[in-house]
Amino acid sequence: MEAGEAKSKKAGGSRLCCICNQRRPVLKRPKTLQQICRECFYEVFEEEIHQVIVGNRLFKSGERVAIGASGGKDSTVLAYVLSELNRRHNYGLDLFLLSIDEGITGYRDDSLETVKRNEVQYGLPLQIVSYKDLYGWTMDEIVKMIGLKNNCTFCGVFRRQALDRGAALLKVDKLVTGHNADDIAETVLLNILRGDIARLSRCTSITTGEDGPIPRCKPFKYTYEKEIVMYAYFKKLDYFSTECIYSPNAYRGFAREFIKDLERLRPRAILDIIKSGEDFRIATTTKMPEQGTCERCGYISSQKWCKACVLLEGLNRGLPKMGIGRPRGSGNDQKDTKARSTAKSIESKQCGSLEF
Amino acid sequence: MQFTLEFGGGLELLCDSVKIHKVNINLLNDSDILTMKDLLSWVRTNLIKERPEMFMKGDTVRPGVLVLVNDCDWELSGQLDTTLEDKDVIVFISTLHGG
Repeated sequence: MEAGEAKSKKAGGSRLCCICNQRRPVLKRPKTLQQICRECFYEVFEEEIHQVIVGNRLFKSGERVAIGASGGKDSTVLAYVLSELNRRHNYGLDLFLLSIDEGITGYRDDSLETVKRNEVQYGLPLQIVSYKDLYGWTMDEIVKMIGLKNNCTFCGVFRRQALDRGAALLKVDKLVTGHNADDIAETVLLNILRGDIARLSRCTSITTGEDGPIPRCKPFKYTYEKEIVMYAYFKKLDYFSTECIYSPNAYRGFAREFIKDLERLRPRAILDIIKSGEDFRIATTTKMPEQGTCERCGYISSQKWCKACVLLEGLNRGLPKMGIGRPRGSGNDQKDTKARSTAKSIESKQCGSLEF
Repeated sequence: MQFTLEFGGGLELLCDSVKIHKVNINLLNDSDILTMKDLLSWVRTNLIKERPEMFMKGDTVRPGVLVLVNDCDWELSGQLDTTLEDKDVIVFISTLHGG
């Protein structure tokens, strides 16, 4: 990039990096509006994530940790940074990559190739669990049966359990995901828009599911998407970026666009939405779903059967509408308003990739 | 003027899945400078083959699309007002595709 260096006076003007005061800035940080150079960017980016990990005591030495890896930008950067920090700061973690193969030809098969390269590049063992093995159905087969409506409901519900099953196979203590600050701000807004108070109260937690089989945490909770993508670009990390062929993603898409518009006007808005989400207090009069376990598979569920079992039963009996919309029929005889609101909130979720 | 344009993060799908485009652009008006604003309208007309709304919103890139001029965030060089020089490398990356 000699040509680029030669023209440094144009890009970035005569100013120097706000941190080292020596080098040419290459990036404006959305969080602080500072102009910083590449070297200082790597340093603050990694250091902030380290501080989040330490400050929230996300890990204990000796733990086995699975990184939910889709091959996309967030999980690729997470795998890279986490293995780097693990070495640098002696976290003492055994790291693994865990990928879900939903069985989507032309999408997941390609992204899994990226994860397989990451396995080699970062030296992290990879475990792939497939919908076909776990449930007997690929997403391609499910879409063939049910069409392009509600398919994201199936995928989202199945993925959540698949990650837990994969984590159990790896015998890990924790699962980390690449959800970033933009994702979380978006989810706060969506939960408000849906009146989904149960999810609203937990979607900003950095660690969730501590009462479930495997706790999940989000080390990128305060990391801007812009910085993740810039980091991947400057470090030339190998990631996959194609939208799922089945995902219409309309409702979430609007929320995402709204957040991005806000960010352009005032980048802090993203952190402020997260803060609002964190500081909400739920009125004690609000009815919350009670957590129990699925009578069929033992997975956590607020109903008699968990959502995955209801959906799967519908598929296997040729009644794919089962579990979509109002819960009815076998496995769901408690027809209270609570049950209905849970089902509705899942139904309206367009794509499950951001399930919290 | 010659430029190298690179599309990433899924934006390449809007221009025949080609990531890197070497292009030659003649000055559009009497002035002897070309800005990012001019370049964007050129790209929209000449390179984007489908769903232009994934790339642009109004006269600028869609929020969530990152732009680098010679490997430097265009927010540091004046965004649409950035003046371009011969052989500049401009990179567009979407942050909007899956995580």
